Amino acid sequence: MAQLTMVQAINQALAEEMARDERIVLLGEDVGRDGGVFRVTEGLQERFGSERVIDTPLSESGIVGAAIGMAAYGLRPVAEIQFLGFIYAALDQLYTHAARLRTRSRGRYTCPLVVRTPYGGGIKAPELHEESSEALLCHLPGIKVVVPSGPCSAKGLLLAAMRDPDPVIFLEPTRLYRMFREEVPDGDVTIPLGRARIARPGQDVTLVAWGSMLERVLKTDSPHSLEVIDPQTLTPFDWETLLTSVKKTGRLVIVHEAVKTGGLGAEIAATVAEEAILHLRGPVLRVTAPDVVLPLPRLIDSYLPTGQQIRTAIDEIMRY
Amino acid sequence: MPEEICATVEVRRLSVLAADGSVDEALMPPLAEGDIRRMYELMVLTRTFDQRAVALQREGRLGTYPPSLGQEAAQVGSAFALQPEDWLFPSFRELGVQLTCGYPIQQIFQYWSGDERGQQAPPSLNIFPVCVSVGTHIPHAVGAALAARYRRDPVAVAAWFGDGATSKGDFHEGFNMAGVFRLPLVFICQNNQWAISVPLSSQTAAATLAQKALAYGFPGVQVDGNDVFAVYRATHDALLKARSGDGPTFIECLTYRVADHTTSDDAGRYRSAEEVAVWSARDPLQRLEKYMERRGIWSEAYAREARQLATSAIDAAVVAMEAVVAPDPADMFTHTWAAPGQRQMRQRKGA
Repeated sequence: MAQLTMVQAINQALAEEMARDERIVLLGEDVGRDGGVFRVTEGLQERFGSERVIDTPLSESGIVGAAIGMAAYGLRPVAEIQFLGFIYAALDQLYTHAARLRTRSRGRYTCPLVVRTPYGGGIKAPELHEESSEALLCHLPGIKVVVPSGPCSAKGLLLAAMRDPDPVIFLEPTRLYRMFREEVPDGDVTIPLGRARIARPGQDVTLVAWGSMLERVLKTDSPHSLEVIDPQTLTPFDWETLLTSVKKTGRLVIVHEAVKTGGLGAEIAATVAEEAILHLRGPVLRVTAPDVVLPLPRLIDSYLPTGQQIRTAIDEIMRY
Repeated sequence: MPEEICATVEVRRLSVLAADGSVDEALMPPLAEGDIRRMYELMVLTRTFDQRAVALQREGRLGTYPPSLGQEAAQVGSAFALQPEDWLFPSFRELGVQLTCGYPIQQIFQYWSGDERGQQAPPSLNIFPVCVSVGTHIPHAVGAALAARYRRDPVAVAAWFGDGATSKGDFHEGFNMAGVFRLPLVFICQNNQWAISVPLSSQTAAATLAQKALAYGFPGVQVDGNDVFAVYRATHDALLKARSGDGPTFIECLTYRVADHTTSDDAGRYRSAEEVAVWSARDPLQRLEKYMERRGIWSEAYAREARQLATSAIDAAVVAMEAVVAPDPADMFTHTWAAPGQRQMRQRKGA
């Protein structure tokens, strides 16, 4: 056990899995000699060699496309896209191929790859470095989307992602990379994909948040008993855990830093409306970013959901 | 400081088999008579399948289909040079490649009839599903080559695509990585002059497509794509080079899409009958026949027999394709993930 930041926990997961499984190969821009722009892959090229930690040309579609070919061949590539805002060039590869290869070949070829990418706002970075477009990635069956919310879950979920037989996009909340440390168990401690975690048990209101917003929700003071759910995997979503909680509390607040329209909160609210509406005491509330283009850092605090907005939503729903 | 020439472009075009059936003996690849007959029979099989597929589509027995008419030499000649353990990444108009590597004929029909089970390659073949999204499979070939080298497998990887694909970003990203990593790859462009209605002159301002490889640090050659021996020789040499660790090669096959883009297209809207006639006269199959006749290994009787064999194989495959049990709707859920999620399990029950 050691007190690790999320960056260190991810690095440890990668190193341990590379030592255990020679099929794991890392590739991406600056992941080798430089250890990644956030140092997530620091020391790995030194330890495992440049054939296993590959510095690629600046080529997002090429990186994901090559990872697909490597995965189909029998390796377990872990590709890094430097920021989620740069993944759009590779969406074609993800949507057209990674998500469909198993189906299109009727299981003859599979695509066990991981695309790691830092995501989310609040790090004073330039344009396209603070995106939170996870809902785009959740709309295509065949791809799994995983979001850790701290060092422990980062390690456990990444280990599971690297062992998953299907393509996984692993969104690393950049704001949390070095924000806090946790006791991270050494060795082989995986967290299964597709299962949510009750981050805090409670009775009055269910709150759902992931990544960096989970940290914000957990820090929000409230006189009410909050049950906070960390989905951990956004697709496939753990509906059972969510619905069980909502049926208990009768109240749901969803918090995400992505824009409201078409965000994952909409899917969660719709599912609760379909399957648990008779258990609800009041409307489902969403605390999200506004439907605007993500601003530069001077305005980011006005864009991201705040603790005050979360508190207000909790107070509002408790009136029912 | 004076200006200096720091790079020059030189692209060669390879032709072996002339229109009259004569060959340049110095360039003729060492093929046994049996190999030449086999190439011919595969080209006949490709054309027979192609004609049948178009007819079946017109009868409503097949979905939209992209004909390969006129490109048989470029497809068969390149695939014929491969070894069984090599990896193949075809585009959607690669019927001759599929038939040459032994892809089950029934499954090719099955795919074009709209049945996904046609894309499940047999375990003995390392061939990817055909790629409908133009050029996006090029990086996959790069990845497979990276993996093959990492594994120290003595295999080469080949990818086929058309002239239109050379305008796509994935062509350039894939070529760039192939050059940087010096991978065991052979890229084969079927330059059939048309990307649906867009002619080559509107696709690129470059004098050749082959020269695009030079910008990525590896050789590009142009071959007469209706000359099965030139295509075979260029591919064979490129594969040897790839296997010996000397990096990728790009082969531009100059050929022509004699038929429509697909059965849903009408090429008469955008190109002249004269142009089609010029290229039809360069028919790759007839050219090979002339060579074989000169050499005394072709006769009307042999050709008839080859066509009959092809027709029987196609007949049997069509019967088998139409006898296949329709896919079960629940089957949609089988291969989305290795194991379905909670929601998919519920949806499957209702399917």
